[in-house]
Amino acid sequence: MSFATASPTARPGLRTRTPNAAARKRKDRLMTGLLLLAVTLVLIPIILILYQVILRGIGAMSWSFLTSTQPFSQRNEGGGYLNGLFGTLYLLLIAVIVAVPLGIATATFVVEYKDSRLSPIIRFFTDVMTGVPSIFIGLYIYALLVQGRIGFSIGFSTVAGGLALSLLMLPIVARASEEVLRLVPDDLRNAAYGLGARRWQVVTRTVLPAASSGLITGSMLAVGRAAGETAPLLLTALGAFALVLDPINAPQSALPLIIYNEARGPFEAAQARAWAGALELMLLVLILTIIARTVNRSSELER
Amino acid sequence: MPISGNRGDDAHPGEPLWVPWGEFTPSSRWVLIRVTSLSYVAGAKGPDAVGVSPAKRIRERRKPTSMKTTKRSFVVLLLVLALLAAACGSDSEDTTTTQGGASDDMTTTEASMALSAHLLGAGASFPAPIYLEWIGEYTSNVQPDVSINYQSIGSGGGVEQFIGQQTDFGASDAFLSDEDLAAAADARGCAAIHIPTVFGAVALGYNLDGVDSLTLDGPTLVDIFFGNVDTWNDAAITALNPGMDLPDEPIIVAHRLDGSGTTSIFTTYLSDVSDEWANGPGAGKEIDWPAPNSVGGDKNDGVAAQIQQNPGAIGYIELSYAIETGIPVADMINADGNAVTPTLESTAAAADGITIPDDLRFNILGVGGEGYPIAGATWLLLWQCGYDENVSAVLKDWITWDLTQGDSLAEELLYSPLPASLEAKALAKVDLINSEG
Amino acid sequence: MTTTTDTHSGAPRRPPLAGSKSVADKWFRRGLAFAGTSVLLILGTMLLFTVIDAWPVFRHEGLGFITSSTWDPGVSRTEVTGQYGALAFIIGTLVTAGIALVIAVPLSVGTALYLTQVAQRRVRNPLTYAIELLAAVPSVVYGLWGLLFFVPTVLRPTMNLVADTLGGFIPFLAPPVITYNYFSAGVVLAIMIIPIITAVTREVMAKTPPSEIAAAYALGATRWEMMRSVVLPRARPGMIGATMLGLGRALGETIAVAMLIGGSKQIGDSIFKGGQSMAGIIAVTFQEAAPENVKALIGVGVVLFVITIIVNMVARGIVLLTGGHVTGDAAV
Repeated sequence: MSFATASPTARPGLRTRTPNAAARKRKDRLMTGLLLLAVTLVLIPIILILYQVILRGIGAMSWSFLTSTQPFSQRNEGGGYLNGLFGTLYLLLIAVIVAVPLGIATATFVVEYKDSRLSPIIRFFTDVMTGVPSIFIGLYIYALLVQGRIGFSIGFSTVAGGLALSLLMLPIVARASEEVLRLVPDDLRNAAYGLGARRWQVVTRTVLPAASSGLITGSMLAVGRAAGETAPLLLTALGAFALVLDPINAPQSALPLIIYNEARGPFEAAQARAWAGALELMLLVLILTIIARTVNRSSELER
Repeated sequence: MPISGNRGDDAHPGEPLWVPWGEFTPSSRWVLIRVTSLSYVAGAKGPDAVGVSPAKRIRERRKPTSMKTTKRSFVVLLLVLALLAAACGSDSEDTTTTQGGASDDMTTTEASMALSAHLLGAGASFPAPIYLEWIGEYTSNVQPDVSINYQSIGSGGGVEQFIGQQTDFGASDAFLSDEDLAAAADARGCAAIHIPTVFGAVALGYNLDGVDSLTLDGPTLVDIFFGNVDTWNDAAITALNPGMDLPDEPIIVAHRLDGSGTTSIFTTYLSDVSDEWANGPGAGKEIDWPAPNSVGGDKNDGVAAQIQQNPGAIGYIELSYAIETGIPVADMINADGNAVTPTLESTAAAADGITIPDDLRFNILGVGGEGYPIAGATWLLLWQCGYDENVSAVLKDWITWDLTQGDSLAEELLYSPLPASLEAKALAKVDLINSEG
Repeated sequence: MTTTTDTHSGAPRRPPLAGSKSVADKWFRRGLAFAGTSVLLILGTMLLFTVIDAWPVFRHEGLGFITSSTWDPGVSRTEVTGQYGALAFIIGTLVTAGIALVIAVPLSVGTALYLTQVAQRRVRNPLTYAIELLAAVPSVVYGLWGLLFFVPTVLRPTMNLVADTLGGFIPFLAPPVITYNYFSAGVVLAIMIIPIITAVTREVMAKTPPSEIAAAYALGATRWEMMRSVVLPRARPGMIGATMLGLGRALGETIAVAMLIGGSKQIGDSIFKGGQSMAGIIAVTFQEAAPENVKALIGVGVVLFVITIIVNMVARGIVLLTGGHVTGDAAV
């Protein structure tokens, strides 16, 4: 019997009359009421955020919004965030190419080579890295690549922004992958060893494929996080009004950057666009999450 | 050759079986059964794997691409697309298509070649509205193959990114100091050029319910920004606004957070009217704001937003931001004692009669007559050397267009275009762009 | 179907014994180890480069960098001429994080208690999912929502009310109310950290042994008494860890706070006055900072980095030691 969800009447004990039974009962009800209040207070912002973003976002959203680039001046009506959407996808592509292999490799090392002395150190510092402020990552890439501390500089660019996002994603991918890899049962590994596989074969042909859906989900989670990040891009991608294809020496736009700039001004047209942009961004993150969950489920069905 | 069979019935000990990492040869019937069940658990799922039912095997053969292969090819496709895009992007840069004869644009410039380039500029938010309008008009109707990306990040940012060689041109309402000029020359190997483009007014926007007009003068403004005058019905303000019903509300001072040319123009004015201010916070792009009830905004946009959001607020913003958003502005009493409303005319009048040095760096102070006292010029910053042929051609063409053809657009947004004499000097400076090659 | 085309020459191949090292194995391990050490390398170079960059300012200011509140950047390109005291920003960060914790912790603990002890099964999952949804909202959307809706419409009247009534007695609640201030930033920050504190606390509470719960009921406890005597004491160390994780997240948050904190380089004497956070001053002034100012901002970044890392390390240590496990979307 699960006591956590036992109904009050099923619980033993309270029927016995103690001198202060009534007072205790009242206190219990009061406390339960407070707990309910807490949950309600937590739910209110969720509802408010979703409601406002959807309401105001849809009001300004249109097909032309999704397909046009920013108007040259914030005070003008119309236009859209296509340059930001394109920039975000381009930046995420670069970030994924760098962070996902590196993160999965790190996690693989930590899990498969637990015996190594390096493993717990790497694990600890990967955890630590999740706490690095995003602005600091932007600072680092700015000093290193945009200004060119190491000799060459690539200026404000997609590559700089993508690398900043990848540094943000790396610890998330590593941690999520680590948890998934840990869940792979040892039986599988032993089976593979039993079939004569070398260590690297066990890892690449058995463990990683078995965990593949979880790895993808973890990476998608990181991508969703990175899609919404603004601070690192302020100092590395800067912003642009058109679709930018050059990877280096040309500033790149991104959805969160545009939202950040247009929301803080006094122009109503810009603020309306910002709400639509926020809706677009949240839909993007939602789509990424759905893709991740679908991949997860479909590869489970395959079994 | 691996053996395929129905649940391993047809496999025999001594014959190799397929497993994901190669082959395995079971040595006995017992091992074969173990292998069969274990490899099934291990997910060995090649099309010829042991223990796979014939139906599934046929299905797998019919669709040879498994999900993993599909995913892989999708990633490869994305990569190829990205590489193609990058290659195309860098191809289209730096191609000057020079077609002889006049282009079919609507301007009156003669025989302009069709130019093509990507320019990057960054800087002041003070003139950003008009620059962006000019860019929009120029790149849509005059030179469609040119794209100019102007990022409004504040004058401080404009100067820094310009000296740091990150942009093709900078924009600032505060001209470069001597030290900055020297540093710029060091950085590039040649001098930086100041080209004034328009005059603008720094208006005092405020947020007071029911108060549609307000008059202030320099000393009172200084006191407000010091925090000495901290309520709206203070004697100093009511003295300037007789008959007006001012509320007993605290004054919230809105200022810039970032390095700003607008701040520079404003604080230069405050220092001019008050020695106490000049010796205290002083003038500059970024200062220590002494008023205790203050709030900061990023760029002109942010200050305008703060004024809108805080009842009782007063802040300094470029005039077009106030007009565009409906923020009421105060009339300022100038050096001749006239209360002047910031308008296009009073801005132009402010620029009358100032002496302009050869390097075109100047402040507008001591304004009298019909002029609005808090006004300033804004400059584009360019180099005398180091530009690509193509980029330099576009810069010259664009700036010339701005100065000669952009007047009507500027006036629409309440920026005062340069008077004829100054315009001639500015155009002379345009010729200096890239003159040292 | 038994076709045996022998693709090997000679006898069937015997696989090598598992455990024997092959060249491939060695390089594979090395490759993975290199990938793993890249994390260490990145962290290390981050700290190293930034400290080296900021060193001239640290030397110029000494301890005053974190104890003085005069932030007057100079414009020199070669030396350090301005004054750089980051105290106002440190206080801004700490005050907003503090307000966020004061609001978020009771709400999170209450929610976690509700989810694990009170809620019925069919309500539990949707509720949990809804709270995880809070974690999926990007930081800039929080900023936008706070800036254009929540603070002007919901918070401002509340702040006015509190300032006008209690502001007389309690100094740090004094008017005038500036719309975007420590409190606005703190409230929105609280909403942002609720998911992570709730997730970890929920995990810890779920581990309460059912036998002890049953024992409490058997002894005649009400549900609240059971929670107070069994669940809470056991969960306390985990709750501390969860709180510190939330604190770590609150300290590092840049954009939402920068949009809502008001922006003033002074230390406000009331939570209804504007201030600035460490991440905020970097974000707002970095692009235009002169070289000496850039060094100072990097120095501020280093201070923020160090504080956040220490808090995170301690938090994760506590959570691990108390048997909790930091999982789920909310926790990264």
